[in-house]
Amino acid sequence: MTEQKPKIVGFCCERHGMDAVVLAARSGKQSDASVRLVQVPCTGRVDGLHILKALEDGADAVFVLGCLEKNCYYDTGSIEGRKRVGYVKQMLSEAGIEKERVEMFNAASTNAWAFPEAVAKMVEVARKLGPIGGGERQ
Amino acid sequence: MIVAKRKPINEIAEMLAPYKKVTVIGCRSCVAICLAGGEKEVKMLVSALKVKNKKDGRKQHIEGFVVERQCEKEWIKEVEDKVLESDVTLSMACSLGAQTIGDMYPSHLTFPGLNTGMFGVPEEQGVWSEKCVGCGNCIIHTTGGICPIARCAKSMLNGPCGGSADRKCEVNLEVDCAWAAIYDRLKIQNRLDLIEKVTPAKDWSTSHSGGRRVYVREDAKLTPHQKKGREGVQ
Repeated sequence: MTEQKPKIVGFCCERHGMDAVVLAARSGKQSDASVRLVQVPCTGRVDGLHILKALEDGADAVFVLGCLEKNCYYDTGSIEGRKRVGYVKQMLSEAGIEKERVEMFNAASTNAWAFPEAVAKMVEVARKLGPIGGGERQ
Repeated sequence: MIVAKRKPINEIAEMLAPYKKVTVIGCRSCVAICLAGGEKEVKMLVSALKVKNKKDGRKQHIEGFVVERQCEKEWIKEVEDKVLESDVTLSMACSLGAQTIGDMYPSHLTFPGLNTGMFGVPEEQGVWSEKCVGCGNCIIHTTGGICPIARCAKSMLNGPCGGSADRKCEVNLEVDCAWAAIYDRLKIQNRLDLIEKVTPAKDWSTSHSGGRRVYVREDAKLTPHQKKGREGVQ
């Protein structure tokens, strides 16, 4: 039986985050994961509930990709995003779920490596931990 | 306002583990302001519990709702169906909300999702501090508007204790000495003479030490006739 692709959800800001995604796509980088990207105006818009819902609905891992913290288009949006990710990590730890399933990444629009690197890290985590609760992926 | 904190998720999950159908009810009042049990917190907890159940392979139906004020029976009525059709209700309000549901439906199980902490105020975004203990006999007009009962670890009434040093409390060096703050405030107000006034030993019978307190305002109470009329309308 072939191994199912890990399911990853990525919340990307429409500024540097998505620019980095587009740049990676243009450079032809491929991934063996099933990555669903959700474009948000700013990572400050990402709520802890969005991340938890993604996990609840079958994602193995979730990441948030935003601007560099000192170069955020909306000044402090990516700092807010990191705080939300931190809070979800805390909730997951309390619940006995691996907090590594959720991660925050930052990128400049010129960082072609940033998106593939984020996906690779989350794929590694998803492969190591498997689906939440084990068994087949939904 | 009443400041509370969510219980750790594993503790909540353990409480709810034996039950198949769970209703989580939040409150839009104090606990929403202190980010412990409002709409957002209820949704996040429900989602986190669902993820935990998925991990643990537990089948459990969990739904979340929020009422305006969980400590008032009228608002609980709005979610009565949801309460009664569940095996257990998890209250995401302060203990008052949880106990109101418990009193209304005594045979139904109502568990607390929050630890109720204190009467506090928001100092800055994400920070709340205790400023009142509800002693039932307020004296802050004599202490520059600062409560020594709540803000002094020893509830000293006549100046600081011997442990006060460099304006800090000996119990916790990060906490300001309440009496240093009172001195400063009275100085600003040109009322430093008050600090020399001796306050007699406090009568604690107005506090919780005097037993459970019930306040009644006779003119606001309904007469039996009015009660009967209201029941008829409902």
